[in-house]
Amino acid sequence: MGFFDRLKTGLEKTRKNFTDKIDQLISGYATIDSEFLEDLEAVLLSADIGIQTTNKLMASINTGIRAKEIRNPDELRPYLKTKIEEMLLKNVPEVDVSTEPPRVVLVIGVNGVGKTTTIGKLGNFYREKGETVLLAAGDTFRAAAIEQLEIWGKRIGVDVIKQATGSDPAAVAFDAVQAAKARKVDTLIIDTAGRLHTKTNLMEELKKINRVISREIPGAPHEILLVLDATTGQNAISQAKLFSAAAPVTGVVLTKLDGTAKGGVVVSIGGELGLPVLWIGVGEGITDLRPFDPREFADALFGDK
Amino acid sequence: MVFEGLADKLQQTFKKLRGRGKLSENDINDAMREVRVALLEADVNFKVAKDFIAQIKSRATGQEILQSLTPGQHVVKIVNEELTALLGGTQSRITISSRPPTVVMLVGLQGAGKTTTAGKLASLLKKQNKRPLLVAGDIYRPAAIKQLQVLGEQLQIPVFAKEDSRDPVAIAKAAVEHAISYANDVVIIDTAGRLHINETLMQELKSIKQTVKPHEIMLVVDAMTGQDAVTVADSFNQELGIDGIILTKLDGDARGGAALSIKAVTGRPIKFVGMGEKLDALEPFHPDRMASRILGMGDILSLIEKAETTINLEQAKELEKKLRRQEFTLDDFLDQLRQVRKMGSMEQILGMLPGMGNMKKLQDAKIDEKELVRVEAIICSMTKKERRDPSIINGSRRKRISLGSGTKVQDVNRLLKQFTEAKKMMKRFQEMQKSGKKGGFKLPFM
Ligand SMILES: Nc1nc2c(ncn2[C@@H]2O[C@H](COP(=O)(O)OP(=O)(O)O)[C@@H](O)[C@H]2O)c(=O)[nH]1
Ligand SMILES: [Mg+2]
Repeated sequence: MGFFDRLKTGLEKTRKNFTDKIDQLISGYATIDSEFLEDLEAVLLSADIGIQTTNKLMASINTGIRAKEIRNPDELRPYLKTKIEEMLLKNVPEVDVSTEPPRVVLVIGVNGVGKTTTIGKLGNFYREKGETVLLAAGDTFRAAAIEQLEIWGKRIGVDVIKQATGSDPAAVAFDAVQAAKARKVDTLIIDTAGRLHTKTNLMEELKKINRVISREIPGAPHEILLVLDATTGQNAISQAKLFSAAAPVTGVVLTKLDGTAKGGVVVSIGGELGLPVLWIGVGEGITDLRPFDPREFADALFGDK
Repeated sequence: MVFEGLADKLQQTFKKLRGRGKLSENDINDAMREVRVALLEADVNFKVAKDFIAQIKSRATGQEILQSLTPGQHVVKIVNEELTALLGGTQSRITISSRPPTVVMLVGLQGAGKTTTAGKLASLLKKQNKRPLLVAGDIYRPAAIKQLQVLGEQLQIPVFAKEDSRDPVAIAKAAVEHAISYANDVVIIDTAGRLHINETLMQELKSIKQTVKPHEIMLVVDAMTGQDAVTVADSFNQELGIDGIILTKLDGDARGGAALSIKAVTGRPIKFVGMGEKLDALEPFHPDRMASRILGMGDILSLIEKAETTINLEQAKELEKKLRRQEFTLDDFLDQLRQVRKMGSMEQILGMLPGMGNMKKLQDAKIDEKELVRVEAIICSMTKKERRDPSIINGSRRKRISLGSGTKVQDVNRLLKQFTEAKKMMKRFQEMQKSGKKGGFKLPFM
């Protein structure tokens, strides 16, 4: 058998057993042995938790075993979930309800992660709460990005502040902030062009947008949401680091969790960078946005929804 | 430092062993553990990584490695070779049908970059004297049709769209008929992003396939994809059958291990890579470069290739001597800048170097074109003595130099800082080379 064939059979097996891997592990092993631990490691790795964080979790399991906190496979899952939840719960911000409207939300991230779609859904969420909402078409770069946001604006019944394609996104943000103040809207959500975090000039542009907003409303943007695609692997850590260096990110939106990717990299992002996940995207529809629940997420990592 | 290169790490692992003469199986295991970490950090699927390592190990445990004087280098070489082989040969070509039109269909997850890639591919084919037709098959995402139309306009390439149709199969069919009557010899169908587990939408792709019988179905995959790449690629391949792969967004810092995962499950060739948002940023796939990148060794090969064509070997040797004797002067710096500039922008070059992933640190070493002219003027306004020993350049000398070169004192300050920075960086490379002893990263200009 060649390399590819061997691999394919292997993968098939993995996939078949996957969804309730842990359950199977638990029923299949009377004691925790090295094979059990190896399979457990595989579950963590395949969820994109990453080798560093996986090593950390495995080490804490070993500590737990030695301290007799984990005495059999049954006790392992709750132990592990708690550890993961702890990492995700770091630095979850107090919701500040005291800010004077407009509350300004800036949405950033790399290309194609779901920024514009998330803005549509988020705008809808605030609308449903009875707030007045305004959107700003800050992606002046990608072809038809403005039209895309306008369609979302129509869908959820809110106005979109825009300029022509190619114009300065900071100027769009400025206009939008003025309009939001004049119209006394509750929430202004600003879209931005997708940008790879390694492009210095584009990160400078982001800083400028941020500066313009804070100059017009002290304390704004009140939220800077970094959108991450759950399909992304370890590169999301680099994204989180470099975007945070350019703008004070307040939280993460994890999109595309309706697929088969688990988005486990946010565990590292929470643990290492202290960035909390606030929302998850579970589809392309208006209502496919959910508040993030660390417990639910930890459950889903192990396939038992 | 975002990633320490695998080569550095292996060097460390094997350093401990040096002088013992022979490697035990344990030593190899240690090395393989490092290789595994590198692969996993690069997002190679864990199962793929495991099998790959088993393969490497059997080769590495053999005689050749035991006799090698530099086992670290040797292991890297083996790993790199095997990885390159698995990533496949270069096949940056689209199957062109002898009976036009050739139909190409782009498929993939949401946000992978299909629409932009469709534009890039059409542009590439147009340059090869083809007459491509772009087809707007994404009827779902808001303004997706419009996006393709705008690209078509920019590229002066026709776009076939039916704004009020709700039937992508009918659109594809009509597009091919349109191509026939307008003598378009290539039809590139953009399709809506979809999840591989969405049965309705996967069925839609199958119907398009059945109706227009594409010569080439390309799976477009984001280079940043993690472990799920195997599931996605396998589903698309099983359900639809794919002929080639395009890897997008490789202009970032993703190590791109997904490339190996996808290649491993589908066996299909990676044909192109997307290297930027601009419409000409579609490049042929180089397995060797991808291998080094996955292993965190930077894009050394491209760099060496570039350097070889632009840098004079004699000068390089001279420079190496100077560096060793710590005699690197501002004159040499200017020389270097001029040579290096021929290879591309500083940022680009530094980005290709191993362990230089963290661009932030390089800000001070960034040089743009206009600045180069200024740098030249500044250095030319210095005395010979100053150029040899910049440490003597005090406040009043700085003022004189700035006046002489028509620049600001800050410019002079910045240049001196850049010079120090460059010197430091070169020293670092030199050390890397030393620790590698034979082999190491031998850049032609070092
Ligand atoms: N399945 C799924 N698709 C999503 C989700 N969020 C966004 N998308 C899709 O991802 C693609 C890119 O989204 P878009 O909002 O244009 O990304 P942007 O470039 O970051 O603004 C579109 O096809 C969206 O419909 C999600 O949660 N689930
Ligand atoms: Mg967008």
